[in-house]
Amino acid sequence: MTDTVRPPDVLGTLVRDPLVWALTALVLLTFGMDSLRPLFAAAFPALERPVFAQDSFPALMLAHIVLVAVSSGISIVAGVAAGVFVTRPSGAEFRSVVESVVAIGQTFPPVAVLAVAVPLIGFGEIPALIALALYGLLPVVQQTIAGLEAVPHAAREVAKGLGMDAIQVLNRVDLPLALPVIIAGVRTSVIINIGTATIASTIGAKTLGTPIIVGLSGFNTAYILQGALLVGLLAIVTDLAFGRLERHVDRWRFVS
Amino acid sequence: MIELQHVSKAFGRTKAIDDLSLTVRQGEFIVLIGSSGCGKSTTLKMMNRLVEHDSGHILFEGQEIRSFKPQDIRRRMGYVIQSVGLFPHWTVERNIATVPELLQWPGPRIRDRVTELLQLLDLDPALFRGRYPHQLSGGQQQRVGVARALAGDPEVLLMDEPFGALDALTRVALQRELARIHSASGKTIVLVTHDIDEALRLATRVVLLDHGRLVQSGTPLQLLAHPANEFVTDFVGRSEIGIKLLGLQTVASRVRRNEPCEGAPVAETLTLREALSEFVTRQVERLAVVDGDGHALGCLHLCDLVKLRE
Repeated sequence: MTDTVRPPDVLGTLVRDPLVWALTALVLLTFGMDSLRPLFAAAFPALERPVFAQDSFPALMLAHIVLVAVSSGISIVAGVAAGVFVTRPSGAEFRSVVESVVAIGQTFPPVAVLAVAVPLIGFGEIPALIALALYGLLPVVQQTIAGLEAVPHAAREVAKGLGMDAIQVLNRVDLPLALPVIIAGVRTSVIINIGTATIASTIGAKTLGTPIIVGLSGFNTAYILQGALLVGLLAIVTDLAFGRLERHVDRWRFVS
Repeated sequence: MIELQHVSKAFGRTKAIDDLSLTVRQGEFIVLIGSSGCGKSTTLKMMNRLVEHDSGHILFEGQEIRSFKPQDIRRRMGYVIQSVGLFPHWTVERNIATVPELLQWPGPRIRDRVTELLQLLDLDPALFRGRYPHQLSGGQQQRVGVARALAGDPEVLLMDEPFGALDALTRVALQRELARIHSASGKTIVLVTHDIDEALRLATRVVLLDHGRLVQSGTPLQLLAHPANEFVTDFVGRSEIGIKLLGLQTVASRVRRNEPCEGAPVAETLTLREALSEFVTRQVERLAVVDGDGHALGCLHLCDLVKLRE
């Protein structure tokens, strides 16, 4: 056996990384959908305009990402806060209420949530944002509670016994130990929202769902395909990235 | 140092502590002992306010403990529990540094303190500093737990069945370390256990509780030689009291100095209990005794074991 330390094979690692592949495909398709025009024209000869052109794909992608980021941001902040609150002694009595409200929110189909939002708030980005934020709440709340409950009782007792105050116990012991589980909840929530945001274009929000909706109403299969392809890739890239993040925050567990 | 005056505590309808008065003096090693549910853990937790007492007074350094912020008082008392409770996401170093970090010691001072404590507890700093709790054995984890409790240089060490989950060999090793730390540092220690042998081995004073009341408080020798009542006799183990008494004293206390003696010698630091075992296994009535340097000291006679000295 030789003890030579091989230099890290950066290129090889990159080539074998599915995240790199998915991300490259996403970027290329977003900016280069137009150059696939001959392909779509050949596949769908009956269509006059085989590539969606009312909005540019980069603009749709950006709008989609912003919508998901803002709504998920709200879900995460509100969800984690609610989860932390109901697991503290002072909020324990609200726990069942919070859990059932959030669960009921989740049982509505996303289209129904959007449909209810329109008469209340009107068309556009804002109702979509609210509907998505509400819809993404459940996994975050659930996983925050589950993660905090799984923190070893002994660690919490000693943290208190050694003189940490409630905030220090939360920040130094509870949240770091619950973080991998919370991130798993955030991952689910964000992935759901990426898909659901597609439907939000029915109520006037500009997203990657726009070509899909337009395609559906105008019998343009190529448009549907283009929108679906990009949404699917975005979801895959996000999921892989969250997987990476989960492993990163949990890395101490794998030290041997 | 810590004084309980007529303290009572109830959980719902059940009285956990009933009019308990107890004074822990500077430098004492108090062992609170009793069967499950006797209130020994509750008594310990009332001292650092993890459990609040219902009536009576608890004083720390002469001051009512409710006049302190709970966090402040806890940082001045080390705390060790049976299930150790190391923070799994922190290295050994960071775990030990918990209280110094809360007290906002400067970084280099914390580092030095961690090194010092790892050495004190017989863990190689270079090897263990960067490890995570899941990489340690049970005994090593509790060593780190004790180091963590000592890190802020607390005035008192509170220990709740600290060695209860360890195997017999590791337990005895850690008891020895703790006895050494106590005699070297002179720290006040209050330890809870249900193991009478642990109590007799470690305590300067044993406090026996039953149903939240104090049954007897005294040195291990007093407890064995003058049990206050039948309950104490039963608790210390009626049939073995004589043997346990021998366990409290060393060969040095009974040796007939300068009397020549033959046979393989025993050390003067051996307990009389171990010496008795030697008499029986070797089938002799006299044992040669040597001091720590191996110099002949005298002779121990089997018949001298039966005389009780206090």
